[in-house]
Amino acid sequence: MMLNWLLLIPLLGGFAAWLAGLWRPVWSRWLSLIALGTYSVLVLWLWSVGNGRLTPDPDQIWWLQFNRAWIPQIGARYHLAVDGLSWILLALSGLLGMLAVGTSWQEIQEHVGFFHFNLLWAIAALTGVFLAVDLLLFYFFWEMMLIPLYYLIGIWGHERRVYATLKFFLFTQLGGLFMLIAILGLFFVHGSATGAYTFEYQLLLGTSSLIPGWAFWLMMGFFIAFAIKLPAFPLHTWLPDAHTEAPTAGSVLLAGLVLKTGAYGLLRFLYPLFHESAARFALIGMGLGVIGILYGAVLAFAQTDLKRMVAYTSVSHMGFILLGVFAWNDLALQGTIVIMVAHGLSTGGLFILVGDLYQRLGTRDITRMGGLWSLAPRMSRVGLILALASLGLPGLVNFVGEYLILVGVYRTYPWMAVVAAIGLIIATVYSLWMIQRIFTGENTAGWRIADYGRRELTIMTVIVGLLVGLGVYPQPLLNAGRATLKHLQATIASVGPEDGERQDSTCTHGHPLKVDEDNTVYVPEEGK
Amino acid sequence: MTTDDLLAVLPLILVAGTIILVMLTVAVRRIHLLTAGLTMSGLVLAFVSLFMAGRFSGRSVTPLFIVDGFGLSVMGMVIAAGLVVALFSFIYFERGTEQRDEHYLLLMMAILGAMVLAVSNHLGAFFLGLEVLGVSLYGLIAYQGTESRSIEAGLKYFILAAMSTAFVGFGIALLYAETGVLNLSAMTGFTSHAGIISLAGILLVLVGIFFKLAIVPFHLWSPDVYQGAPAPTAAFIATASKGGVFAFFLRAAGMLALPAAPYFFAGIAVLAMISMFAGNLLALQQQNLKRLLAYSSIAHMGYLLITVLAFQIWALTAAIIYLAAYFIAILAAFGAVIALSTPEREAEKLEDYRGLYWRHPWLAAVLTLSMLSLAGIPLTAGFMGKFILVAGGISKAFWVLIFSLILSSVIGLYYYLRVIVTMFAPLPGDETEHPVSSTMPWSGWIALASLTILLLWIGVYPSPFLGAIKTILMTGG
Repeated sequence: MMLNWLLLIPLLGGFAAWLAGLWRPVWSRWLSLIALGTYSVLVLWLWSVGNGRLTPDPDQIWWLQFNRAWIPQIGARYHLAVDGLSWILLALSGLLGMLAVGTSWQEIQEHVGFFHFNLLWAIAALTGVFLAVDLLLFYFFWEMMLIPLYYLIGIWGHERRVYATLKFFLFTQLGGLFMLIAILGLFFVHGSATGAYTFEYQLLLGTSSLIPGWAFWLMMGFFIAFAIKLPAFPLHTWLPDAHTEAPTAGSVLLAGLVLKTGAYGLLRFLYPLFHESAARFALIGMGLGVIGILYGAVLAFAQTDLKRMVAYTSVSHMGFILLGVFAWNDLALQGTIVIMVAHGLSTGGLFILVGDLYQRLGTRDITRMGGLWSLAPRMSRVGLILALASLGLPGLVNFVGEYLILVGVYRTYPWMAVVAAIGLIIATVYSLWMIQRIFTGENTAGWRIADYGRRELTIMTVIVGLLVGLGVYPQPLLNAGRATLKHLQATIASVGPEDGERQDSTCTHGHPLKVDEDNTVYVPEEGK
Repeated sequence: MTTDDLLAVLPLILVAGTIILVMLTVAVRRIHLLTAGLTMSGLVLAFVSLFMAGRFSGRSVTPLFIVDGFGLSVMGMVIAAGLVVALFSFIYFERGTEQRDEHYLLLMMAILGAMVLAVSNHLGAFFLGLEVLGVSLYGLIAYQGTESRSIEAGLKYFILAAMSTAFVGFGIALLYAETGVLNLSAMTGFTSHAGIISLAGILLVLVGIFFKLAIVPFHLWSPDVYQGAPAPTAAFIATASKGGVFAFFLRAAGMLALPAAPYFFAGIAVLAMISMFAGNLLALQQQNLKRLLAYSSIAHMGYLLITVLAFQIWALTAAIIYLAAYFIAILAAFGAVIALSTPEREAEKLEDYRGLYWRHPWLAAVLTLSMLSLAGIPLTAGFMGKFILVAGGISKAFWVLIFSLILSSVIGLYYYLRVIVTMFAPLPGDETEHPVSSTMPWSGWIALASLTILLLWIGVYPSPFLGAIKTILMTGG
């Protein structure tokens, strides 16, 4: 039931914030903060539930779960479950959600209630994505997430928001539909092989080995969906537009959480469900990752729009995730989880910084900035730290992630790691160049701006504190994810290539649809 | 004919009886509220009587009709849609127009025709239903006799529909010439051993059916008619009329084993794909919401044809769920249009909806949800419809059709989103060119609210509906 509250709090809070916004805008801000604060407290409470589960035990992998029939006619269940991986992302959702509310305090002045409604509903849908372990339910939340984000960008965005939202929606929708086909493919394969028509994640693990020929194509269905969200190299073009046009809070959610759903999907679903095909695909996947790292970095360097630049750095950082997932070994996977958090914090922070600059300067054009350090020293220091985090300076958490991934990859594909490491050099160049252009040099444009106030400083302190804290002592983060990763790796090992007789005894959750002709919705007719 | 027979077709009898009653009432006194009230009460009664008729599910009543679960479900949807349209008509005509009472007579006739189609088991009954539906539609479309575009639309529909009727009539005659029967039950699995004359007959009947469903390339009437007809009539054409015809098509195609013949299968599949793409592509640049919905309907009928190709039990369920989702979404969309329209000035341009979020948030929410449902986005009924359709298609390995559905619905998403984008665009500066504000009576709001609730309910928790459909389909039959 606790897991339901994680969904209900933002959903109900969203309504409350909307209604309160009709009355007094500031109330809807406070209500959203309270809702997300409660949410975060719940997430912290979950930690106390799961903290002991550091040893992977196949029956105890979930810290907590909630499992009810949803659409029994087609074997879909309302099954939520949380483990270390989900927990990390839930914690990130709560935190970034609050930061997003905080950073919108001044920026959003129109339709404030509706804004917070969408913000909270986006958080709810994201929570659903991170909790669902029924594939149909996962897809459901996956798509539901688009609508509030669509509104966030489409209503409160900048000049070219209509174009950006359409592109964003169409790209992700297309990917989602491919995933839906793949999910249904798994559903029918599993159903016709075992008689249990189910969308249950745990039961579908290993199904792909039943159909060696088809598994690759089903995997591609998932891969396209996740690669679009991540985004991976050739499918990334929606991201710079969506980021650039989004309001700051929208960018924070996009970078911090929405991109993570792609990473989460790869870790949770793609590789475990299709490990053989994924292993065959690994070189291409890693190749795309490396291309993404270099390409994103080079393009980031070429931007003059500050926000667009940060968006391209996202493409670059997400390349590491692709690299780490497809390397699929201990170190690389640990690194992937760390990068997810690190990128959420550092890029989220950078977007907030850009938003703050935009509010003060009215422009995002880097060429018009310069010499802001003396005017706003606090802001500049924060900017410097964020840039250093983004370039992977040791002592900050991004370094931990990138280092782990590179080491992990180096074990299997040394040259891949070598090429990817070049990305770090470019990252250093663009990050420092950015700081140089914005904060140092001559204030040629004659800007006079206010330094960070208390609200903004608080937000940034949280981000910087976590970046440094986890950078120096990343162990809690590694611990939280370790059990899940062990479990995922163990699952794959246990479901051997030709192991057809797997886990028939565990089909208790699935609702077998009888293959009666007059039975239910769509049992495929045998032999037709 | 026994009492049981009469009870089994009670819904038809009740609707027919209501028509006579309304006609007599109109002859005596013309009171808009009374006419509309009688119409709606008759429809409500007919709907209730469906449950009575359900007790005789699976029964053949004369060679003409078969009252089975599928037919009853479609009848129920047609009646419900008719009820909503009648209510919308009341709201709409209350805002203008001299003669409004005949509208309800024609509407009831059209409903009767669509109902007959849903349960007809005989080519004669089919022809009868098609004509009762078609002839009433001529009148309904051209109802605004003072508006030139209304007359134009009516005339266009009349000429094309009359031609398609001629096709159907000739086709039935050819079938009869070779087989000597008109009863579908007598033609079970007929396609496989049909002679050339019968095949030509089937082809001609198909032309008529595709015309009514507005399948490409028989769709040319559709956008003009949607645009020219009064909004409630357009809503009726999009829902009940197509639903009835589709129900008969699904039944007949299954009985005759049409998809089992490779050339028919290929032909229908190709037309389905062309409809999906053409409907969605042509809708992309529409600036007129009614035309946009017309093209959207074309695409949706293309999707629905998939169920015809896979005639089996899931196809019936999928067809019912899909039709229900489509009915609800289309009715909700037209409801929003009607709320802002008068007979003289319909809110049909997309521009009319600019900033609707900030003017009428609830109305905008209804229209948004219906657009999302038509696009098949989760949380809405449209998603469940599409999901079951896709699932069924995959189980039959209709890969090409399924990929066409996916790709074309992504294209379609663009224009549904465009409608939504327009609604939350900033308000135009001057308040001059706004259509009527939404002073809807409470009944209209209740209708819109119920449609919206259904839309979300089926979208989020469809289990009770699937269960009910299963029960209905399994009784009798």
